[in-house]
This record gives sequence, C-alpha cells and structure tokens, in this order.
Amino acid sequence: MSRGVTYAGRRAPGAAFLFLAPFLAVYVIFLVFPLFKGIWISLHDWELAGGYRKYIGFLNYQDLWHDKLFWRTIRNTLYFVALTVPTMTLLSLALALAVHGEGRLKAVLRSVFFMSSVFSVTVVTLIWSMVLSADKGLLMPLWNALGMTPINFLGNQTFAMPSIALATLWWGVGLPMALFLAALSQVPQELYEAAELDHTSRFNKLRRITLPSIRHTLLLVVVLQIVGQFQIFGQTHLMTRGGPANATRTIVQYIYVTGFRDWHVGYASAMAMALFALMLGFSMLQLWLGRRGEDA
Amino acid sequence: MSTARRTGTARTIDLTLLVATIVFAVLWMIPIVWVVAMSLKPNSELMRSTTGFIPIPFTFENYVNILKLATVPLWLMHSFIVAVSMTVAVLAISSTAGYAFARLDFPFKRTLFLIMIAGLMVPEQAVFIPLFTMFADWGLHNTHAALVMPRVAVPIGVFLMTQFFRAVPRELEEAAELDHASHLKIFLKIMLPPSVPALTTLGLFTFIYAWNDFLWPLISATRADMYTVTVGLASIQGNFAFSEGLGSVMASAVFASLPIVILFLVFQRFIVAGVAMGAGK
Repeated sequence: MSRGVTYAGRRAPGAAFLFLAPFLAVYVIFLVFPLFKGIWISLHDWELAGGYRKYIGFLNYQDLWHDKLFWRTIRNTLYFVALTVPTMTLLSLALALAVHGEGRLKAVLRSVFFMSSVFSVTVVTLIWSMVLSADKGLLMPLWNALGMTPINFLGNQTFAMPSIALATLWWGVGLPMALFLAALSQVPQELYEAAELDHTSRFNKLRRITLPSIRHTLLLVVVLQIVGQFQIFGQTHLMTRGGPANATRTIVQYIYVTGFRDWHVGYASAMAMALFALMLGFSMLQLWLGRRGEDA
Repeated sequence: MSTARRTGTARTIDLTLLVATIVFAVLWMIPIVWVVAMSLKPNSELMRSTTGFIPIPFTFENYVNILKLATVPLWLMHSFIVAVSMTVAVLAISSTAGYAFARLDFPFKRTLFLIMIAGLMVPEQAVFIPLFTMFADWGLHNTHAALVMPRVAVPIGVFLMTQFFRAVPRELEEAAELDHASHLKIFLKIMLPPSVPALTTLGLFTFIYAWNDFLWPLISATRADMYTVTVGLASIQGNFAFSEGLGSVMASAVFASLPIVILFLVFQRFIVAGVAMGAGK
C-alpha cells in the first residue's frame, strides 16, 4: 500500500473533483462524521427513549472499566477468535491444497466448499440450530443407537461456544480457501519440477516450496480472520442470545443489547469505541509483525 | 522398476486424498440436503420425526403456504431493491473515484488516497449507533434509502478500481486525448469497457454483501413489512415455535437462499477470479 499513487496523471483538478465528489460525499457523511459523532455520543448519558442526554465526560469509560460483564464479553470474544482463526486457517489451507488443480471434479469440490459462504447468517444459524438441536437434531439417530441422552450443545456452557465456532467454520471457510487457491496457482511450476527430479517427498515439497511461496497469503488470511471474527454478532445473537449464563455473549452482541434493547446508546457507544481501539491495536500489531517478518 | 513403484505409491496417495476430500464434501453438504428434505415434508411428519434425507411423505405445501402468505416474497422484494441499488451505487461511486485516483492529478491526491485507505480500518460497529441516531433525526428508518445509503462508501471498492484502472494501457487514452475527448468520454468509452470483469466481480461481492447484511437492517428496518429477507428469517427463528411450522421455516430458508445460490452458480468463475485479483495486490 506504500506504493501509493505513483503515476501523476493528467493535471485536471476540476474534473478530478467532479469524479471524486460522489465518493467523498458519502464517505464524509456516512463514515467520517458518524465516527466523530460516535465519540461525542460516548461522552454522554444518552438514552434513545425520550431523547434524554447529558454530557458526562469520560464517565461511561470509567463505568466500562468496572463492568464485569464487559470484560466477560471481551474474554468470550477472544475465546471465539482463538477457536476459529487457527482452525479456519488450517482447514481452508488443507481444502485449498486438496481441491487445487485441473478437472471437473476438483471444480465441483471447490464450489461445494465455497457455496456455504453465500448463505446469510440467518440461514446458517437456522441450519446449525437445527443440526445441533437436542430433540430434533441431525445426530438423533446416533444418540438413539448409542442409547444416550442427546447433548444440548447450544444450551450447555461448555459446548455452546465451540458449537458456534463450528457453524462459523462451515460458513466462512470459502473465502480464505479461495485466497489460498489464488496463491497456489501463482507458485512457479518449475520449482515442483526440480523437486520431482530430486525425488523430494510430498511433505517436503509442501514445507520447502508451497508454504514459503504462499506466506503472504497466509498472513493476509490470518489478519482478515482476526478482524472478521472479532466482529462476531449474528451467530451468537441468533443461536444462543448470548446464553447460557452469558457464556456466548460477545462484544458486539453486548453493544447491540445495551444500545437497542436497553436503549443506553451513550454507554453502548463507549463500548463500540473500545472495540474499535482494540481492533485498531490488533491491526497495528500485525502490520508491525508483518513488516518485521519482511525484514528478516 | 523402483520408479514405477514410486509412481504407483504416489498415485495411491493421490487417490486416497481425493476420496477423503469427496467424503468430506458429502458431509459438508449434509446439513443443506437435510434442510431441503425437511422443507419438502409435511409438518405433521416433522412433529413425529425429523430424521431422514429423503422427503417421504412428500409435499409442496410449505412452499405453497409461503407464496400464499406473501410475507417472504415481500421480504425478497425488499432485499432485491436494496441489493440492486447498493450494487449500482457502489459500482458508480467506486469507478468514478478510482478513475480520478488512477488517471488524474489534483492537489492533496496522496493525502486523500491515504484518508480513503484509513477508512478500511473503521469497522461498521464503530459507526452504526451514530448512523442510527442520524437516520432517526431524518425520519428515514424503515425505508429502502436508509438500508442503502450508509453502505455505499466502500473504500475497498475504490481501492480495487484504482488498481485496475492503473493497469489499463496508457496508449488507449492518449489517442482519445489527441481528439480532445472530455474526461467523461474517456472514462465511459475507454476506461470502462476493459473493466467489465473487474466491475462484475465488485458488483457480485457487493450484491452478496447487501443480501446478507444483518446488523444495520436489524436496527433500521423495525417494521415487519420493511424487513429484508435476512432480517425476516431472523424474526421467524425467534418467534415460531420450532416444532409448530418447522417445514415452513425450512422452506422459507431454502426459498430465501435460492436467488443468491443461483447467482453464485452462474457467476462463480468471476468470484474466484475476483479473489485472485484482490489477493494479487
């Protein structure tokens, strides 16, 4: 990205302004301005009901610091990120390696694994709530055969979050897989041919040729996954409503409930800003780590 | 001899991996097949048992009911209007801005480009509360405009179009410049035609994103007759007792997903190409 705008182009400020105007207008009105208004709201005791608002400085942030449930949601979110990011990365890489290549069969397999990502979050959660249901679920024949009482995955504090992670994995593996597929098609074939002559083993080819060649994509996938999974909302909101006993309450879901069920938008905004700061911190850390990796 | 055996072993491993992948793909599809099967069974049968992938006894009743109630078709219509408007707006806004960044020179160009890129860092959760209060002040909630407008400033779209336009050969433009063609004409006649594949990809991703958008429509469209299909399905999940109209709920999900699945199957080569394009940068 540091390449920036290299080619100067024709000097035409008037025309440039006209071409840029639509984007700049929507960008300022719907992104820049709301960002500052969000900070402004977070400094108020601001209620949606009745239009009550009072400036209170950083009191919301102080309350947040002492809010046990808020810290719980941060822990839950980090737990979800830890469950999904490594599995998603490994599974998408494994699938990409498996379905990469020529032929109709491979193409069909690619479509199968990508297709689940075009569904909306409501359809995915509907499917998986059914699959995991304790009395009507997909595993009923299995429980019956084993003579066991079915486990209520989504109603169980231990299993709820991993179950949601599983549904997310099924939903989201397509895009990182496609990124890996794109990277795999860029690996120079000569490298493999040379390895072939040396009788290099399959595993060593993967370790010495494939993985080093796609390391940029690997970093990109991990970064995109962390940023994306941090924002988890729909899955927990629809599958468990944050329960049981707050075991699956994540940051965005807490923001939503505080702002749009309890109508404390001032407090919810403070949380939103905390989330933003947290994500920004993660992005910076990764950029820094990425740079350092480049230098090494 | 030894080489032949080596190839033989390699082939066996290849075949084993392929078979394993196929088995995994079948497992991957099972939830979908099961849901489709349930949508084709009568509700009375589902009360008794949800087991089985073959819809016997078979019925179209659930789908007929959806069409009769007309709620789901109405939600689908809202989704279509919102997704199409958003796609058109994003394509227009991103390509014009991309042209300016790629081909024109103007003061503060670098600064503006960096400010635009910085927008990539802002998650929707950081702005959705203020956006809600803004649209409430304007009295615009429960309209299509509210669902579309905050979604059309897409920095990644501008970024992709800028990158793409930079790759268009300069010679094409120079010929037009000699003829004193206007910037608008150069943009429309020279830059856009070779960009059709890039625009198709950006458009597809925008459409799928719009169709599946959840958090913003959930707070903005609060009236059931203004739901998009994604929000509507969420309301069904919350309200229906799962046992009562299970077949209808499943049929709604299938019915609501059909347009996007068809779109995917028709255009999937653009989607994969688009990922390759985005990843190359």
